[in-house]
Amino acid sequence: MRSASTNDIEFRAVAKRYGSVAAVSGIDLAVPKGAFVALLGPSGCGKTTCLRMIGGFEQPSEGAVYIGGEAMNGVPAYRRPVNMVFQHYALFPHLDVEQNVAYGLKQLRPRIAAAEIGRRTQEALEMVRLGGFAKRRIHEMSGGQQQRVALARAIVNKPKVLLLDEPLAALDKKLRTAMQIELQSLQRELGITFVLVTHDQEEALSMSDLVCVMNAGRIVQIGTPEEIYDRPESLFVADFVGKTNRIAATIEAGAGPIRLANGVGLAKPARVNGTAGAAMVALRPEAIRLVRDGASTLQGTVTHRIFLGSSVEYSVEVDGLGDFLVTADRRSIDESDLAEPGERIGLSFDPHAMHVFPA
Amino acid sequence: MRAMNRKRNLATAALVAPAAAWLAVFLVLPFIAMLVFAFGERAPEGGYQPAFTFAQFANLPTRATAFWNTLMLAPAGALLCLLVAYPTAYYLAVKANPRYRLILVSLVVVPFWTSLLVRTYAWMYILGSRGIPNLLSMIGIEDVRLLNTPGAVLLGIVYGYLPLMIMPIYVSLERLDRRLLEASADLGAKPVSTFFGVTLPLSLPGVMTGVALVTILLLGEYLIPQLLGGGKVFFIGNALVDLFLQSRNWPFGSAIAVTLVAVVVVVLMLAMRIAWKIAGTRQVDLV
Repeated sequence: MRSASTNDIEFRAVAKRYGSVAAVSGIDLAVPKGAFVALLGPSGCGKTTCLRMIGGFEQPSEGAVYIGGEAMNGVPAYRRPVNMVFQHYALFPHLDVEQNVAYGLKQLRPRIAAAEIGRRTQEALEMVRLGGFAKRRIHEMSGGQQQRVALARAIVNKPKVLLLDEPLAALDKKLRTAMQIELQSLQRELGITFVLVTHDQEEALSMSDLVCVMNAGRIVQIGTPEEIYDRPESLFVADFVGKTNRIAATIEAGAGPIRLANGVGLAKPARVNGTAGAAMVALRPEAIRLVRDGASTLQGTVTHRIFLGSSVEYSVEVDGLGDFLVTADRRSIDESDLAEPGERIGLSFDPHAMHVFPA
Repeated sequence: MRAMNRKRNLATAALVAPAAAWLAVFLVLPFIAMLVFAFGERAPEGGYQPAFTFAQFANLPTRATAFWNTLMLAPAGALLCLLVAYPTAYYLAVKANPRYRLILVSLVVVPFWTSLLVRTYAWMYILGSRGIPNLLSMIGIEDVRLLNTPGAVLLGIVYGYLPLMIMPIYVSLERLDRRLLEASADLGAKPVSTFFGVTLPLSLPGVMTGVALVTILLLGEYLIPQLLGGGKVFFIGNALVDLFLQSRNWPFGSAIAVTLVAVVVVVLMLAMRIAWKIAGTRQVDLV
C-alpha cells in the first residue's frame, strides 16, 4: 500500500498501549523527506515509544506507521529502511570499531564483496572523523568517540531515515554543542531524514527544522523552532520550551483589558480571541525590561541576581504577583550598571509579548 | 604514612590468613607429600618407602585405559552437558516470563538438595534390568543393556553436572544488554544472525566457564563411573581409589594423581586462552 506523499515518515492515528496503560494515543505526524525533526517532551511523554515504533522495536496497537509511503505494520526491525543511534550507543563490545561499523553491511543480501565492505566502512568512519581508529576496541574509545562510532554504524547502510534516541545525553556540555553542529552538517551532507528524540529543549530548538512537542502520550504542538518558542499554543509548551513567567489573569469581555491578578489592566494582545474568564498569561523572561524611572507596567523588588556572563538573570518580587524571572542584557540598565538585590525597580513589557491561555 | 601502610598490610593479612592457612595445610602440604611419594617406591607391605625413581611414571601406560576414558568422557560429557544446558539457559534468561524466572532458575538448583549418590543410585535402578530394559521387554524388545555402558556413564554425567553448566551460561545471557540485540536487528540482522553474531559470542565466557568447571570436576569423577559404569568404564578417579585402598600402591597412585593435576592445569589454561581470544577481553572469570 503506497500513499502518494513525499513524506518519509507518517504516523496515522497511532496508539500504543501496554496492557491497559496507553503510552501514546492519537498520534498523527508527517515528516517530510530530508527534514530534521525533533520529538521533544518530558520523560514518559511517549517520544521514545514513537521512535521505537519507527524502528520496529514496538508495534502500534492502533493505526499505522508509514516509512517512505509503505505501511510498516508487522514489518520487523531488520527489514526496515531505517537505522538508529541508540541512547547509550549499544556498540558491540566484542567487535572493534571497524567491525561495529561493518556489521550492517555484512547483513546485506545478496552479500557484497569484502573489499566493498571495507571501502564503505572506511568512508563512514571518515565521515565522522574516526578514519584512524578502525582497529580500536570499543572500551578504548572515549564517550564522544563512541558516539561517533554509533553514528557511523547507523549511516553506513544509507538508511532512508536516521533515528537518534537522546544521542547527546551522555556527553558533557562542550562536546554536546560540538556534536549538535556536526549532526546538523552530517544531515545536510547525507540529505536523509533525521528523527531526534530529546528531553532537552535547547537541543531540539537548535538542531531541528521541525519540533514536535509531546506530553502525556500526545502531540501538543508541531512547528518550526521559532513557532514553538514564539507562539506556544498551550501553557505546557510555553512552560516546557524555554523559561516562562506564569501570571494568573482574567480576560474581560468585549474590548476590555486583560486584568492581571494584582489588578493591573493591560491591552489584549492581537492573538487573544478571548472568551471572557479566568486565564493564564505566559511571559518570557527576556521580554521584560527592568527600568529605574519613567513609566513601567509593574513594580517590584529585586531579590536575587545571577550573573551569567553575557546576560544577567534577576529574580524580582513583583507587587501582588510574586516571583518573576527577568533576563537582561548586561547593559540593559545604563551601560554595565546592574540592579542590586533589594532595589525597587520597574518592569516594562510589550503586552503583545504575552501569551494568554484559558486557565 | 608508613604506619598506615602497615595497618593496611595487617588488615590484609588478617583477611587472607584463614584461607591461606587452610590451603597450606590441606592442599599445598598434601600435594608436596604426593610429589614426594610419586618419586618413591611401594613398601613391600604396601604404602610408601623413600627412594628416587621415575619407575612410577614409567608405569603410567598400564593405566592408559583409565586415562583414555577420563580424557575422552570428561570433555565429551562436558560438551553433551553444554548442548543440553545452552538452550535451557537461553530459555531461562531470554524467553521465560520474568515473573516466573526466579522460580524456574531455582528448579535448576533443586536437585542439589539431594545427594548425588542417592540420585545416581536411582539411575542404577532406572537403567538396570528391572528398569527400562524390563519395560522394553514387555513390548518385545529383549536384551537391551543400558547399565554398565559408556552411554550410562555419559547420561549420569549430564544428569549430575547439568546445573553447573546451566548457571554460568544463564548468568552471562542474563547480563547481556538487550539493546545490543535491538541494535543488531536494526542493522538488518535476522534473528539467527543476531544469535550467532551477538548473543553467542557474548555468552562465550559463561560457556567456557561452564565447560571448564564441568570438565575439571569430571577429570576427578569417581562416583558415576563406579555406579553406572560398573567397573567396566574406569576413570582415573576409580584407578586412584583402587591403588590407594586396595593394592596400597601409594607411589603409583601419587604419580597418577600428579599427572592428572598437570593435565587439569593445562586444560584450564588452554580454555582461558581461548575464552579471552573469542570474547576479546581479559575479563573472563573461570570458576
